[in-house]
Amino acid sequence: MSGTENYVSIEVARGTEKQSAATVRLSVEQASYAYHSRGNTAPVFTLAATTFSARQREIVTILGPNASGKSTLLKLIAGALEPLSGRVELEGFETSRLDARTRAQRIAMVHQESQLLFPARAWEYVLQGRHPYGRMLRFETEEDVNIAENAMAQVGAKHLRDRWMHEISGGEKQRVILARALAQQPLLLLLDEPTLHLDIGAQVDLLERLRQLAAENRYTVVVVTHELSLAAEFADQVVLMHKGKCLRVGTPAEVYRRDLLEQVFEAPLDVDMGPEGRPRVHIRGAKPPG
Amino acid sequence: MRTLTLNRLLWICGALLAVLFAVVVLALKVGAVPISMTDLAWNLVRVIVGRDTQLSSEYGLIIFGLRLPRIVLGIFVGAALSVSGAGFQALLRNPLADPYVLGVSSGGSFGAILALIFLPYMPLVTPLAAFVAATATVAMVFFLGRRQGQLDNTTLLLAGVITNSFFSAVIIFLMTTLKGGEDRGMLYWLMGDLSTPLAASVRWMFAVGLIVGIGAIYTTAADLNLITMGEREAMHLGVDVTRVKLVVYVSASLLTGLAVSVSGAIGFVGLLVPHAMRLLFGSDYRVLIPTSAIGGAIAVVVADTLARKVVAPTELPVGAVLAIFGAPFFLYLLRRRLA
Repeated sequence: MSGTENYVSIEVARGTEKQSAATVRLSVEQASYAYHSRGNTAPVFTLAATTFSARQREIVTILGPNASGKSTLLKLIAGALEPLSGRVELEGFETSRLDARTRAQRIAMVHQESQLLFPARAWEYVLQGRHPYGRMLRFETEEDVNIAENAMAQVGAKHLRDRWMHEISGGEKQRVILARALAQQPLLLLLDEPTLHLDIGAQVDLLERLRQLAAENRYTVVVVTHELSLAAEFADQVVLMHKGKCLRVGTPAEVYRRDLLEQVFEAPLDVDMGPEGRPRVHIRGAKPPG
Repeated sequence: MRTLTLNRLLWICGALLAVLFAVVVLALKVGAVPISMTDLAWNLVRVIVGRDTQLSSEYGLIIFGLRLPRIVLGIFVGAALSVSGAGFQALLRNPLADPYVLGVSSGGSFGAILALIFLPYMPLVTPLAAFVAATATVAMVFFLGRRQGQLDNTTLLLAGVITNSFFSAVIIFLMTTLKGGEDRGMLYWLMGDLSTPLAASVRWMFAVGLIVGIGAIYTTAADLNLITMGEREAMHLGVDVTRVKLVVYVSASLLTGLAVSVSGAIGFVGLLVPHAMRLLFGSDYRVLIPTSAIGGAIAVVVADTLARKVVAPTELPVGAVLAIFGAPFFLYLLRRRLA
């Protein structure tokens, strides 16, 4: 296993405009982290040194079961945590060293939605994405409004503009939250388990939109998920995590190996190659009756 | 989309200030000595722009020497308490937060009484002690209101209610055993009352404290909008959450401390007014802070006028009037949230 830990992905050039995607945008180099419950005690969780890099228009999936270190890795990328060793750089700047405003102009994070304290309309919510560009009490400019409108149009949420956030469905809410991230006009779009509360239709819709957005807006997209089949279908690169270690980085076809996935997800699985070199994962379940 | 513009903000505040002016004129009129409304309005404007009143000296004395100081005190206290309430609601992520319900007002009262008993000849110490005690009470309620490291809405309110009755009991104990330099009575500290005019020596300090407190909270208004939608998200949108919370914590405690040191524990202003303003003008803190300040002033002046009028020639503590409206409103909000 030791040989695979520092595995750096070979270039994945699936897109057509290879020349503009030539430079690395996000580089994670031997980044590690440790959580301590308090003081000098032994760490309760460690993330071993992890290395991978991503270009613009690329979708990277951080894949693994619960407590595998996915979210920690995402926080390191977002700059919310400072790595214990190694570096996380976005276009040459260490993400944890950027000041909060600059960071918010370059990195957008999509969480599962939080409880709103007071009712808000979808457009008010999306307009908050312009916050990192404003000063103190600044009133939103026409430009801010246009950017917010465009963001909503891009995710197909224009019709939700005047609706209350607590009255729309889970899938619609996820679109509005995504629109707020787009309104930040980031270079890097991070999503933490974005498909968790969505039905299958909304999941596919979201991921197709992400692919389209990555291409059109030249984002680098990093998605944390434990959904094996969705990652296989939509990722350009997969970072496979297990118990705080990065086991492998590569295209889905390279990473989706039966023995590896069975070890990580602790379930009997079958992997076969679908069209376009995308692997398919099935549960090797009970024998069919008869 | 109807975004907030400076123009719209000024219009809203202007309209509310006009309402406040009308309420002040009405409040000046209510009392044993009759006088016409137009005379009052005209003379009030003259006083505001810094000219002498044209009323005969005895009327002038009653209106501007007795009634107006009490109204001005009501304006200060109302503005301080309702901005403080709006601040606590965002800080503690609890729409039912209010300095009185959280026990911060009675904590502040306790500090003020201690200062009055032990340092009776230093008038500036009273508001300072109230501020320090209010700050400590917020911290205490915050830690008592947590469960498994998370702030829990119901536990927080319970912690506040219990803190409130504890400090009320301590206040009653202090007032009955060690009177010292304090002669304002128990009801004043427990219910809130505007009958004691602001001593000239603390007037400037009160005004400065009020402006600094409200101003400091106002600088964080745009950040508070994001924090009410989720702290984690606010952080990723470039808000320095720790700094904003510290500013709001200290400023809201300061405002509560100042208010209780001159009027006792008036309750529910910080709950009633911000929610009324949200219903009227939306939840945007950039509108909510100034409208709450003016709305709080209106609410307390109206309540105090009722307190003087309803049972004339005696009077009620203003806090009793506000609690009669405020407590049912609190229950309404609580039930609606549970539903």
